Amino acid sequence: MSTPASTVTRENLPRGGEPARATAKRVAVLAVLAGAVALPWLVANRSQLNYAILVLMIAQAGVAWNILGGYAGQVSLGHAAFYGIGAYTSTKLLLLFGLSPWLGMLAGGLLAALFALAIGWPCFRLKGHYFAMATIAIAEILQIVVTNWDWLGGAVGLSLPLTEAGWWGFVFNKSKVPYYYIVLALLVMTMGVSWLIERSYLGYYFRAIKDEPDAARSVGVDLQRYKLIAIAASSFLTALGGTFYAQKELFIDTGSTMATSLSIKIALVAILGGVGTLSGPVIGALILTAIEETTRAMFGGTGRGTDLIIYALLIIGIAVFYPSGVVGWWRDLEKRWLAPRQPHRAGGNIR
Amino acid sequence: MAPLLDIRGLCKRFGGLSANEDISFTVGRGEIVGLIGPNGAGKTTLFNCMAGYFSPSAGTIEFAGEHISHLSPEGAAKRGIARTFQIVRTFSSMTACENVMVGAMLRNRRVAAARQLALETLAFVGLSARATSVAGTMTVAEQRRLEIARALATGPQLLLLDEVMAGLNLAEVREAVELIRRIRDRDVACVIVEHVMEAIMPIAHRVVVLDAGRKIADGPPQAIARDPAVLAAYLGE
Repeated sequence: MSTPASTVTRENLPRGGEPARATAKRVAVLAVLAGAVALPWLVANRSQLNYAILVLMIAQAGVAWNILGGYAGQVSLGHAAFYGIGAYTSTKLLLLFGLSPWLGMLAGGLLAALFALAIGWPCFRLKGHYFAMATIAIAEILQIVVTNWDWLGGAVGLSLPLTEAGWWGFVFNKSKVPYYYIVLALLVMTMGVSWLIERSYLGYYFRAIKDEPDAARSVGVDLQRYKLIAIAASSFLTALGGTFYAQKELFIDTGSTMATSLSIKIALVAILGGVGTLSGPVIGALILTAIEETTRAMFGGTGRGTDLIIYALLIIGIAVFYPSGVVGWWRDLEKRWLAPRQPHRAGGNIR
Repeated sequence: MAPLLDIRGLCKRFGGLSANEDISFTVGRGEIVGLIGPNGAGKTTLFNCMAGYFSPSAGTIEFAGEHISHLSPEGAAKRGIARTFQIVRTFSSMTACENVMVGAMLRNRRVAAARQLALETLAFVGLSARATSVAGTMTVAEQRRLEIARALATGPQLLLLDEVMAGLNLAEVREAVELIRRIRDRDVACVIVEHVMEAIMPIAHRVVVLDAGRKIADGPPQAIARDPAVLAAYLGE
C-alpha cells in the first residue's frame, strides 16, 4: 500500500529500472485493495471482522492526522476534539431533526474544520512543542465543556436509535459487513485526499514549512495560510471518522470520542508507522491494534491502562531509535538491498 | 531611470540598541552592490529589513517604485526580492530538486513545470549531479549554492546574498564569484554581504560600507579600498 508514498522521491531518481519498480508497487497496491475488499469472506467470525473495522477506523484517523502532523509538521495532540465534533454533530442532528447521518457527517466535518480554523489562527503562532501543548489544552477544555453540557448528554452520553435503518439511515444490526465497507471506503477516500495533497504544490509547501519555516517564507510561502489549509483538511477528515464511530456504536460519550488517550492514539499510529508517508498510519494502525488486542487478551480486565504504558514505551522507542517510523526503516532496508544491484541509482545515494 | 531599490534614512532599533542608523543607498537594475563592514556593523539587520523579516523603525524602502517598508517576507518574495541565509537553511529532508521546486512554485504551482525550472536552475548553479540528493546530506558549499538556486527559481529582480562565501575554500570561492557573474548576466541585481574582500572587489559595481550601524562610505571598489574612513574602521585608528 505504499506506492504513492514514495512517488516524490521516485520521480526524481534517474530514469531506468524505475518503471519496473513502479509497476510492482502498483500491483502490490491492487493486491492489498483486493484483499481488503474480499476480507469479509475470509474472516471466521464477527469479532474478527470487528477487529478489522477497528484497525481501519484508527488508520483513517491517523491518515487524516498525518496531513497536519506528518507533512506540515504541526504535531497535534488534540485530534480527538475533531473526532468528537464529528460524532456529536451528526448524532445531535439525527436526534433533533432525523437528519441522515451522511449529511450529518458532512456537517460534522465542516464544523470541525471551522473549529480548527478558529483554534489554528492563534495557536499557529506557537512553535513546536508549544503548539502541541495548546492542542492538548483545547481538546481537554472541549471535553470538559461537553461532559458538563446536558443538551449534549453530559456525562451520560447520547444513545442513537437502534432500529435497522439501512444505507441512507447508516444503521446496520444484522451484519457488520456494511460498516466494514463504509470505513474501508472512508479510509481509501482519506488516503486519496492525502495522496493528492502530497503530489501537489501543497505537499511541497507543507514539507518546506516543516523543515525550515523562515526559509519557506523567503520563497513566498505564507506560513499561517498553509498551516490553516492543513488543519482544515485534517480536521474535516478526522470528523468523518467520528460520525462513523457514532453510527457503528450507536452510543457516544466524551470518554469514547473526545478522550486524551484517543488523541494520543491517533497521533501514535502515524508516528509509529512513519510520519509524512501515505501508508505509514495504516501500518501503524495494524501494529498498534495488534499490540492492544494481545495485551487485552493477556491481562483482561486487570490490564486497564496497560495500553497507555505501551503507548509511552512506543513513543520513547521511536523517538530514540527510528524517528522515521516503520516506513522509514523499511525504506532504509530497501535502499541497502537495492543499491549494490542497481549501480545507476547509487549516484543519488552517496553521502 | 529610477533605481530598483531605494533606501532612505533607514533606522532599526532593538530597544535601546540602534542596529541601523539613518542608512540611505540605492541599487540599480542588474547592479551588484557589495555590503561590507566589521562584525556587528548592522549588515544582517539591514538585510532582514530589505527582505521583510524586520520592519524598520524609521525611514523608507522603495522597490520598483513601491513602498515595501512594512512588507512580510512572503510579500517581498512575491514582489521579486529573494535571499539566502547566513547560516544555511535548506529544506534538509527534501532533495535538492525539491528544494528548488518550492522556490519555483512561487510563479507556477504546477508540479511538472516547477520540476522543469528547478532542474534548469540546478544546472545553472552547477548542481545537476546532486539533484536527487537529500539537502541535509550535502556539503556546506553545495547547500549555499542550493540556496542560491532556490532563490533564483522564484524569478527575482533583486537577490540578497548573505555571506555566501563564508567557510568556502579558495577553489569554491572562485566558483562562487563565477556564479555571481553569471547571475548578473541574467540581469538580476545583487546585494552581497561579504567578509571575503578579494572576492567582492572584482565583481561589485559599487560597495557600501557600514560601521556601527551607520553608512561610512559608498562608491566604486577602487575608491573604497583607499577610503581613509573605511581603513580606519577595519584597521583601527
